[in-house]
Amino acid sequence: MTTLERSVEVESGDLASSELPLRGHVIRLRGFSVRLDLRAVAVCAVVGMITVAVGLWSISVGDFPIPISDVIATLLGNPTEDSEFIVGTLRLPRVLVGVGVGAAFGMSGAIFQALVRNPLGSPDIIGFNSGAALGAVTMIVVVGGSSFQVSVGALAGGVIAALLVYLLAWKRGIQAYRLVLVGIGVGFAITAVIDYMVTRAEINDVQRAAVWLTGSLNGRSWDEVRIVWLALLVLGPLAILMQRALDRLDLGDDTAAALGVRVSPSKLALVLVGVALAALGVAAAGPIAFVAFVSGPIARRLVNTPRAAVVPAAFVGALVVVVADLAARRVLAPTELPVGIMTALIGAPYLLWLLTRQARTGAL
Amino acid sequence: MIGEPPSTNGVHPDARSSRLRADHVRLAYDEHVVVQELDLAIPDGQITVIVGPNACGKSTLLRALARLLKPSSGEVILDGELIHRLPTKEVARRLGLLPQTPIAPQGILVVDLVARGRTPHQRLFQQWSDEDERAVRAALTATDTMDLADRPVDELSGGQRQRVWIAMALAQETGLLLLDEPTTFLDIAHQVEILDLVDRLNHEEGRTVVLVLHDLNLACRYAHNLVAMVDGRIHGVGAPEEIITNDTVEEVFGLPCVVVPDPLSGTPMIVPHDTRASARTDPARTERS
Repeated sequence: MTTLERSVEVESGDLASSELPLRGHVIRLRGFSVRLDLRAVAVCAVVGMITVAVGLWSISVGDFPIPISDVIATLLGNPTEDSEFIVGTLRLPRVLVGVGVGAAFGMSGAIFQALVRNPLGSPDIIGFNSGAALGAVTMIVVVGGSSFQVSVGALAGGVIAALLVYLLAWKRGIQAYRLVLVGIGVGFAITAVIDYMVTRAEINDVQRAAVWLTGSLNGRSWDEVRIVWLALLVLGPLAILMQRALDRLDLGDDTAAALGVRVSPSKLALVLVGVALAALGVAAAGPIAFVAFVSGPIARRLVNTPRAAVVPAAFVGALVVVVADLAARRVLAPTELPVGIMTALIGAPYLLWLLTRQARTGAL
Repeated sequence: MIGEPPSTNGVHPDARSSRLRADHVRLAYDEHVVVQELDLAIPDGQITVIVGPNACGKSTLLRALARLLKPSSGEVILDGELIHRLPTKEVARRLGLLPQTPIAPQGILVVDLVARGRTPHQRLFQQWSDEDERAVRAALTATDTMDLADRPVDELSGGQRQRVWIAMALAQETGLLLLDEPTTFLDIAHQVEILDLVDRLNHEEGRTVVLVLHDLNLACRYAHNLVAMVDGRIHGVGAPEEIITNDTVEEVFGLPCVVVPDPLSGTPMIVPHDTRASARTDPARTERS
């Protein structure tokens, strides 16, 4: 064996023994193995803790301040005289709805942005949330609108809007820019229908619908907590399970199919889960603007991953809504603004920046 | 199905047998028929190259062979079974395909992209086995991309990127490998590099490879079995020496030419007639007419 051959062999031996620089930590247990991205776990933990802290603060402040210690005692089941009503009935459900809705919007946004392969593909930009809002307003105006009816209406409205957008954008498959443009158009059309319905409705219904339409956590009760957390409990795990298919679809339909992914059923399932998450979020708190839109990109930046950050986006979404709601309550206190106005303040500049950038690079 | 290994790299003892074949397939997008009544058997353990002019249906045929397109009539048979009756994942364990323009997610590392090739061998709670590790390592080594493993795919050159995509398809560890124009956008040196890699995969690992290629001379050099297509039909199938003649090239590509033996490999080499105005007195042309 010549020296050259020997050195080549040693070199390849080194490569063979070194660790593959794979992303994610492999956890093995008996025959099972899971690849877990530790940085994603860390991001979720930190964002989650901040959310809890902001949530507690949010429960404590207000026209009738309650010390944090009393808030915690109340949550642990030892309420004081005043805190029971204010925490248990007024402020805790509000924060819980905020967290749940933020998580639902965040997941939905991350799913659609990955499917459409464009950050503009989030459900609040491409008309799905407007569809859900139309469904919910219809329920409020026509049948009075219990929280269950509003949920069903929102779900139906969201699914119909999604179907409409996909059908109109379909041209031998779906192209991102067509979907986004058609979605924005459908969103405007739906908003016009909502406006029309509002002008024709009873004044009491109109007031209720109007507050709800800007996206508000005002006066949320345990009914809304139930809607959104039940949705998360069922749809959240489904979204996590489907992340694998979502990552493969990111390679293009043909490559995904060649890797054994059932492309059409997977896409359909992802769209349904994404729409349902967004629609039930809308049912609980109205179409809070831009939460779905900003959460995915923020989460992806924090985790620094090429994959869709579905779970981290849920945590980021929850934090965004809780912070925005705290700001909405306190900025002009005692007047409380709808949370949607605050999220729009964050989301609108980002949207403008993204539009100019994509227009310049020709991505849209 | 009897006696067929589900996903092996082994060369079949009988070189004429075919794990993959198309029977009377008719392929269409919506109403637009691309391929009519086509029969083709892919010989095991060989390199089959499909050539033909643009829009003759080569890529469409490849997509149908890989189960990405359902024939409007006729059947594609894999290991004696109708390919459209097999589960997607089962097909993916036996047959790998690299599409013409695959998309790399922004920022993905080479090793993570290659690892995605393991998808059909993984389950929800079996996301990374020793077998996966070994296969990815082997794929990186075979394509000479181990050094690139921790680099983002976006930053690679065209030739490197193509090798990485092939590595992903290799990690799938399928006996059949279908590559749609793997040399497009590459300069001549990188084209040869990719085709040498393909030849090595066939020669050393016994994989059956089907390629769509544009360069006829390279196709002739690397193919054991050449398929010439025109207008959605097969014009001829066989060894390059049998298929590529002055007449076939003219009939298939509409290009008047002279076929001479490649000075190095002896395989057919196409020299187009000089059709420039300044070359009217070209000797070959005069001789021909």
